[in-house]
Amino acid sequence: MEILSPEAIVESFKGVLGDSLVDSRIYEREVAVKKNLFRIIWISVKREAFRRAVEHICELQEYPHLAIISSADLGDRVELIYHFTLYYGNHLQELSLGLRVSLAKNDLKIPTITDIIPGALFTERETQEMMGVEVVGIPNNRRLFLPEDFPQGVYPWRTDETGPQDMLRVLPGRQKKYDSG
Amino acid sequence: MTVDETKTRYTIPVGPIHPALKEPIRLDLSVDGEEIVDVDVVVGQVHRGIEWLGMNRNNPIQNIYLAERVCGICNICHPFAYVMAVEQAMGITPPERAEYIRVIIAEMERIHSHLLWAGVAAHEIGFDSVFYLVWRVREEIMDLIEYVTGNRITKAMFQIGGVRRDITEEQFPRIRQSLDYYKSIFEQLRAVFLDDRTIRMRTRNVGILSTEDALKLLAVGPTGRASGVLKDVRQDQPYGAYADLDIKAITPDMLTGPVVGDVYDRIIVRLLEVKQSIEIIELCLEEMPSGPLLVEQKAAKLLNMLTKAEGEGIGRAEAPRGEVVHYVRLEAGRETLSNWKIRAPTYVNLMAIPTILKGGQIADVPIAFASIDPCMSCTNRAIVVDSKTKNTSLLSYRELHELSVEKTKRLEAELDS
Repeated sequence: MEILSPEAIVESFKGVLGDSLVDSRIYEREVAVKKNLFRIIWISVKREAFRRAVEHICELQEYPHLAIISSADLGDRVELIYHFTLYYGNHLQELSLGLRVSLAKNDLKIPTITDIIPGALFTERETQEMMGVEVVGIPNNRRLFLPEDFPQGVYPWRTDETGPQDMLRVLPGRQKKYDSG
Repeated sequence: MTVDETKTRYTIPVGPIHPALKEPIRLDLSVDGEEIVDVDVVVGQVHRGIEWLGMNRNNPIQNIYLAERVCGICNICHPFAYVMAVEQAMGITPPERAEYIRVIIAEMERIHSHLLWAGVAAHEIGFDSVFYLVWRVREEIMDLIEYVTGNRITKAMFQIGGVRRDITEEQFPRIRQSLDYYKSIFEQLRAVFLDDRTIRMRTRNVGILSTEDALKLLAVGPTGRASGVLKDVRQDQPYGAYADLDIKAITPDMLTGPVVGDVYDRIIVRLLEVKQSIEIIELCLEEMPSGPLLVEQKAAKLLNMLTKAEGEGIGRAEAPRGEVVHYVRLEAGRETLSNWKIRAPTYVNLMAIPTILKGGQIADVPIAFASIDPCMSCTNRAIVVDSKTKNTSLLSYRELHELSVEKTKRLEAELDS
């Protein structure tokens, strides 16, 4: 396995994805006394190229580590970030790689990657139930953290009308913080 | 009629409450006789919506204390990862001395957590004298933590942009005294866990996770390293003072030769990591730079900076159980975080549980499940359902534990005869 620099990794993504690579950014910071670098690469891709991007990460290292999928409700869009780490096992060489996909609210679908990275199952199930993003082709469609009797169509991480606002308890003497209308 | 057709397959839901371990989980075991053929993991019994609170109720400084309470045992690594993510998002760098103090506290946590686990593991196989011994030995580090931070459990040492308390020169002799104590008894602990034939019998070739499975299922921490995955954030992408120290990920082959990936290997890794932690603390004490502890002393001013800041950051810390990841996003003008995602190590290690348990025996479930050091657990009540007659019987935690103890006794008797 050849260890590439962050710049070379971004270049390789440009070569593989072409126009589907929306944005890329390299973040570096110095740590402690010896000022070794803590490095993160942020990459934004279009949904069509998302699976190709994950496959490319697997080409960089055979078994990349997927830490978690984080998701944010940004009004008319939902943004997913797949947090990968690359080149573990090598002193000071590891990089964090955030793979960002932005989805329109009226089309919240993302293909599964469990066939490429089997360990992604839990976090895909969590994203599905908490954010209401449909993971297409997920081998196990059940809920992960939410109980079975939790109402359908309510997604705890949303800030729009499908969020959990109506389920919140308003303590005596407090104002209702949200108004779902 | 072949033998297979006469076998009855049972489904045993184990959990969700287990008095021996810390948090609830349910395991649905499909068993064929004594052998486990399939496992389903059901989580979510203690989902407290901490991330939601951090995004809607608390401000970023209050979140440090929320992060500290994600887990009672890992109450350093969560605020550690969280403050690193926030510092990145707002673009400040903590003072060098603070980085060293953070690492010293984090390593103390690792020592106490691994010893706690070793005691629990001994208890799970019915070796209670070792359980008492290890937990007595663990009191020394708990006393030291109390001496340094003022608290045994939630230490509240972390602040965005530094630490809240100093470790002074006058405290060094007391810290070294505890470390010397652990060095003096290390050989005894090693002999108890690695040379004892009962422990070896119950843990060798039990709960095997191969290197390839560990890689595919994203196993982290001692669970991954015991399967030969060289993955340790302190080595790979060091944070804090770890970036100054040359840390190597510990794998069982350093002591025994080939990696098996069983429970015994997980004991080896944790044992060696206790030794490594002692060395790291000693190094940090020697090389601790002088200087301030905080970027900004006044909390109100810091809060103001946080409200104005815009950005995102990732904090990664190697907890005793594996890698903790915090992702944080700050939005200018917003008092709370706009996004907070926590990944605890058990989250990914649970994916490996079906692989670890499959092919094993019911009596091995307590020790094999405990071997990943889950931060949530099971086995209070198990309902045995006979799939042919639909009869249901209850198997309590006590009975399951007794099954495990019986197996130890049986194996010992076989060995003696």
